[in-house]
Amino acid sequence: MRDVAVVSFVQAPSVRRDPARNEVEILMPVVSAALEQSGIPLRDIGFTVSGSCDYLAGQPFAFVMGLDAIGAWPPIEESHVEMDGAWALYEAWIRLQEGDIDSALIYCFGKSSMGELPEVMSMQLDPYYLTPLWPDAISMAALQARAMLDFGSHDEREMASVAARSRRDAASNPNAHLSGDFDVDVLLKEPYLVSPLRKHDCPPISDGAAAIVLVAGDKAREICERPAWIRGIDHRVEAHQLGSRDLTVSSSTALAAEQAGGRGGAFDVVELHAPFTHQELILLDALSLSNGARVNPSGGALGANPMMAAGLIRIGEAAQRIMDGSAARALAHATSGPCLQQNLVCVLEGE
Amino acid sequence: MAEETEALSALHVLEYNYTRSVGPVIGRFLTGLRDGELLGIKSSSGKVIFPPVEYDPETAETLIEFAPVGPAGVVTTWAWVSQPRAKHPLQKPFAFALIKPDGADTAILHAVDAGSEEAMKTGMRVRPRWRKERVGFITDIECFEPEP
Repeated sequence: MRDVAVVSFVQAPSVRRDPARNEVEILMPVVSAALEQSGIPLRDIGFTVSGSCDYLAGQPFAFVMGLDAIGAWPPIEESHVEMDGAWALYEAWIRLQEGDIDSALIYCFGKSSMGELPEVMSMQLDPYYLTPLWPDAISMAALQARAMLDFGSHDEREMASVAARSRRDAASNPNAHLSGDFDVDVLLKEPYLVSPLRKHDCPPISDGAAAIVLVAGDKAREICERPAWIRGIDHRVEAHQLGSRDLTVSSSTALAAEQAGGRGGAFDVVELHAPFTHQELILLDALSLSNGARVNPSGGALGANPMMAAGLIRIGEAAQRIMDGSAARALAHATSGPCLQQNLVCVLEGE
Repeated sequence: MAEETEALSALHVLEYNYTRSVGPVIGRFLTGLRDGELLGIKSSSGKVIFPPVEYDPETAETLIEFAPVGPAGVVTTWAWVSQPRAKHPLQKPFAFALIKPDGADTAILHAVDAGSEEAMKTGMRVRPRWRKERVGFITDIECFEPEP
């Protein structure tokens, strides 16, 4: 495998609603800053790949307009995934393995505030068995939470503790927008939103964007004092129908982590894309980490959850801590689909 | 950064009104619903997958052997929706649930009309409430309801 590293990461501060700017206007400063940080001009970037969701804009091929944020003249080699930017990064990493280019730009964006997000997400489900019933994202997550609670692996207090810790950590993250000091006992007295989930168990709706530059080999060392090397990356998917999976575990996370060399490992920091509190608990069970790694110091997706960007932001946050010297080894995770259907695990290290 | 300006906004209705061909497996299942029966399909290992899928989720083998299930079954997990959204299948408090019909090894997602959250329980038995006019959609089952 060719050594590939994250050399720059930039995100737009996530906000509940950014009505004054369109997607391109949110993206432009992010992409420019990521390129500037890398020191590589756009014309020298070997491959550009983006992640976004046309359903959010309600317009087929909306992602093509996103290209205006970088400018595609003279022509560039470009690709897009209708997925979180973490999967765009995976494609870029694969592309860099071919060896003929040394750098890739990954960007992603999600203006989640424009529609009724729970219903927009329902439209992405199986159109025969699921969408006609309009199961919203919170109700589907609640089915998983109850399965976990019934199974008995975790309880509502642990879920509230995840919320309290995440919102406390989000307070020191200027890019998060839902933060505060919450007492677990007080949280547990709150009424259910969709039982067994309370409001604090659910992510905020966020508008945001992020970009990463990947560079291969010695070139990464020239550009960056402490590149965040990708030591392993893998993603796995499970069946779409919730009723044909065991919702109390995340077998695809366990398998991806195994393949990426992260399962059972020791890490300084772990960034998990767990939009709902119970999902962090399920993910940690699947990863079986061997030491008390710091989990989601950024506040995670419970502090800011821009659709299609929150996963790449986990990789960026983990990489940032390696680049700034505060961590030597980190694990980042991204998820996609209802109830952790698909999961990506990325292991990052300093030199 | 965004300035404090008034943003213009307009209503945009997002719809995907495609006519789809549902194929030999989903098509047969939906026709079954129209006739008031629930059909699963046998997997490579002999398990009955419900609702049926064209390919085995574990081995990717093509599946062809249908098996009738239910129609009654048990709730394997549920979520109580106290404030239904306009598009939800019931316009009063209800549960989304995974329901495993008798004879099936996997569960279907549907709504349960139990009246109150207190009446819901994992493992409870439910049966479909069929719509009078059925057209071969998943909504031919109006919802599931507790077995008396």
